[in-house]
Amino acid sequence: MIPAKFDYVRPSSLDEAVSALAGGGEDAKVIAGGQSLLPLLRLRLAYPDLLVDVGGIAELRGVSDQGGTLRIGARTTHYDIVGDPLIAAHCGLLAEAAGTVADPAVRHRGTLGGSLAHADPAGDLPAVILALDATLTARGPGGEREISAADFFVDYLTTALQPGEILTAIKVPKLGDGWGYRYEKFHRTAQAWAIVGVAALTRRSNGQVAEARIGLTNMGPVPVRATAAESAAAGVSASHDALRSAAAYADEGTQPPGDLHGAPDYRRHLARVLTGRALAAAAGV
Amino acid sequence: MTTQTETHEAPAGELGKARLRKEDDRLITGQTSWTDNITLPGLVHMALLRSPYAHARITRVDLSAARAQPGVIAAFAGADLADEQGSMPCVWPVTDDIVMPAYPPMAVDEVRYVGDAVACVVARDRYAAADALATIDVDYEPLPPVLDMRAALDENSPKVHEAGNKCYEWTLANGDIDAAFRDAPVVIERDYVQQRLIPSPMEPRSVVCAPIGDEYTIWSATQVPHIVRILLSLVTGIGEHKLRVIAPDVGGGFGSKLEFIAEEVITVLVARRVGRPVKWTESRSESNMASHHGRDQLQRIRIAADRDGRIRGLSVDLLANMGAYLKIVGPGIPLLGAFMYNAIYKMDAYSFRCTGVFTTTTPTDAYRGAGRPEATYAIERIMDELATELGMDPLEVRERNWIKHEEFPYTTIAGLTYDSGNYEAATAKAKELFRYDELRREQSERISRGDPVRLGIGVSTFTEMCGLAPSKLLGQLKYVAGGWEYASIRVLPTGKVEVVTGTSAHGQGHETAWSQITADALGVPFEDVRVLHGDTLVAPKGMDTYGSRSVVVGGTAVHSACLKVIEKARAIAAKLLEAPPEELEFTGGAFQASGGGQSKTIQEIAFAAFDAHDLPDGMEPSLDSDSTIDPANFSFPHGTHLCAAEVDTETGMVTIRSYVAVDDVGKVVNPLIVEGQVHGGIAQGIAQALYEEGVYDDAGNLLTTTLADYLVPSAADLPSYVTSRTETPSTTNPLGVKGVGEAGTIASTPAVVNAIIDALRPLGIRDITMPCTPERVWRAIESARSLGDPSARQNGGTA
Repeated sequence: MIPAKFDYVRPSSLDEAVSALAGGGEDAKVIAGGQSLLPLLRLRLAYPDLLVDVGGIAELRGVSDQGGTLRIGARTTHYDIVGDPLIAAHCGLLAEAAGTVADPAVRHRGTLGGSLAHADPAGDLPAVILALDATLTARGPGGEREISAADFFVDYLTTALQPGEILTAIKVPKLGDGWGYRYEKFHRTAQAWAIVGVAALTRRSNGQVAEARIGLTNMGPVPVRATAAESAAAGVSASHDALRSAAAYADEGTQPPGDLHGAPDYRRHLARVLTGRALAAAAGV
Repeated sequence: MTTQTETHEAPAGELGKARLRKEDDRLITGQTSWTDNITLPGLVHMALLRSPYAHARITRVDLSAARAQPGVIAAFAGADLADEQGSMPCVWPVTDDIVMPAYPPMAVDEVRYVGDAVACVVARDRYAAADALATIDVDYEPLPPVLDMRAALDENSPKVHEAGNKCYEWTLANGDIDAAFRDAPVVIERDYVQQRLIPSPMEPRSVVCAPIGDEYTIWSATQVPHIVRILLSLVTGIGEHKLRVIAPDVGGGFGSKLEFIAEEVITVLVARRVGRPVKWTESRSESNMASHHGRDQLQRIRIAADRDGRIRGLSVDLLANMGAYLKIVGPGIPLLGAFMYNAIYKMDAYSFRCTGVFTTTTPTDAYRGAGRPEATYAIERIMDELATELGMDPLEVRERNWIKHEEFPYTTIAGLTYDSGNYEAATAKAKELFRYDELRREQSERISRGDPVRLGIGVSTFTEMCGLAPSKLLGQLKYVAGGWEYASIRVLPTGKVEVVTGTSAHGQGHETAWSQITADALGVPFEDVRVLHGDTLVAPKGMDTYGSRSVVVGGTAVHSACLKVIEKARAIAAKLLEAPPEELEFTGGAFQASGGGQSKTIQEIAFAAFDAHDLPDGMEPSLDSDSTIDPANFSFPHGTHLCAAEVDTETGMVTIRSYVAVDDVGKVVNPLIVEGQVHGGIAQGIAQALYEEGVYDDAGNLLTTTLADYLVPSAADLPSYVTSRTETPSTTNPLGVKGVGEAGTIASTPAVVNAIIDALRPLGIRDITMPCTPERVWRAIESARSLGDPSARQNGGTA
């Protein structure tokens, strides 16, 4: 890797990190696992003057039970998420999706917060966080604030984080009884980004799908909820046919990109097919 | 003549023993130096500025800002080196009237592909060099790109070079092709596309040059240090005796490192200018753009057959993309395929024509298999089409036409004489391991129950030519070098043995295999043998490693040199044992008179040769021997590969469910190495079938410059293979070996695509262009469905 020149600090506390970042202005970037930022530096698509490495800040890592929600430190790695018992018990969708990210080396280095702050709509975890109705916590020079996942992803590679703000934690409401989930990732090789990914959650009640939440990966400049399909799935019987019919609305309102791995119409088709499969798997049929 | 086909059993001697590779300890623990790891006192770093245009005139290059950058020592444009850089050579001018344009290592007045080198910067570190590149100011006057081969041949097309876009036309014909097609009951014609591939070795290219006085030591991540030395001398005018080329451990090549590269010339010239050691190492994106590409042919193939399936004739017409310039053997690559379209089949007539075409794209050259995978793909695909047309099983139509075991040696319609083979045995074994009949049943069951996931079975009964090559034949094909190989055995006083080989391993395991050949011949312990290679000072002669030639030619040279050692040792043993030499038997590393009695080990004789106290009169005090082997013929490995693929008709996703490979590579020196080659080879062939493609946009920009866009599959994407062998020894070398480096790649691509088409044929699909991406498969299904459904046809209005 031959990046352009940059300065580098590795603060040991969050306060120091916030002030280092604020001091660096617009040309300062936070680096955690580096799995998204380093490729940009290598290709010289990013030229930060200062990297603030949050890798030494212990409080940013780990999962804690806060009653109705789990608090996941932003620096928690994909690998930690895959094996975490609290996540397995209360929001297994996140672990399932984290297990599909790239390869073991990336999963050991890459972090949940890094993936969300990078906000690549082709990344797996943004759509999952959106479907889980999570809340993100950011710390800046002005203190701490909370941002709902729905408001966090603003545009391609752009979040609601202000310059000087560090994403510190992700709060995920625990899934209660009756919820099932599935992340359907469609990609050509194990290490490739999703052409389309579907994060589906369903709550079953009396043989019906009472509620469905669907987050879509790589179906627009930001991760999106398939709200039309969610409405169509709510209240239908938990059957392949009914869920497949609901999934026919999955691409409504999306703006899928076109690239070497799929034109927009193919992505729309995949979103419908995969949503049907994800809903069925989530509902256990 | 009939050669014995055996299934392998545990060998008694070294040959055939499944030894772990002795080079792997250092390779997998990082205890080695790749070229980029080399550091020297005073080393400086070079970076190359490359053209962002597919085709443009260079009107100005301003290096002043770059030269003023901190840490920068020098900067040069093509014009600065124009008087000394010469032109990159092509050593295979395939026809008398081939167009061979000048190929300056660094472009001087015109760039002809995105990635063409334009200028270079030398700096104290690689970061400063990369920073300085951004400050170079080049004015380009864009010229029209030339990308499509058919359009390029139009007389009104913009030209890549002044002499036109047609590089050459090469033909081969045998038999009466018109008669074969005239009144033939079955004629099938198909167009296939061999997409552009990017070789993608794990180690990118890297060159270090240390000038010492007027002598130069060059380290390069190359497959061909000997060829580099000769060509570097011819291009730069530096005497060959003043050049030492070292290929240290090299991390894969797949053909991309059989090149003599422009960057080698530039690094040497720049090192001479700055008077210091210079290193250049490319990035992955640079490698994708500027290291040569492979394949990129358009194939039109026609087959004529009788109703009973017998092939009458085969006609092949190719367009082969040379890219912007002719690489070292680029024009010859399709010719290696020309002899292979007829494959394992007998026929009355064959005609072949290849037209080489220039385009403003990265130049092409050998890529694993080099011509033979392209040929095998086309013939094995059309054999399936023939089977469909005739309502025959694809294996049955193949068997009706293939050369029978008892017919070897067999001279084919393309004029080559196949040494040995047993297609019956390999196919029978593959069918059994694959559970062919069971899978056929499942295939129809899935159709009956309307399963959206279809099953297909793909067949590939392939052969290839290895052991490049008889020098005389190469001469007839206008190749400017020979095909021999060299080995030298040095028996040290303590009985340890050094083997010097002219082959240049870059992942193949020669150190292990050559040790086994030597240990087996001389009866010394495997551990007592050391193999030296890849340095023109240490191994001064050689033709290097490519085209599955090394064991066949280089291994034979090692064996032959060992036999000379034994004969010298026999003379000494006879003197020491006071027995006539012809009465001595050499077994287990010792000489003994046939009647019994005292014996002398090879180690004892080695010391006797060293102290030279008691040698036969007139004998030189040395057992050392060398051998240069020019093969009498190619060797022809073969095999039967069977692939079962599941195709999800809802998404287009293809999943390989099972894969059986039965290869016959003749006698085997080390079955683990053979297995490794087969596994890697199959993976690379599957990669062409399903994943990889170098893609340009309409302006000639390469879109696949990273491994995120150019998808190389990993172990996670590939199935477990069932591999097995039959063993039909080659009759043209004493070891009976045939070569295995490319077999898997050649065999697997058609096996996989045949399986996909077999799964989808009931929907009316008979071809999908490679790579068979999910999107392409889905579109083929959608299009077939809309054609097959009358209401859709009416509504769509396209049919």
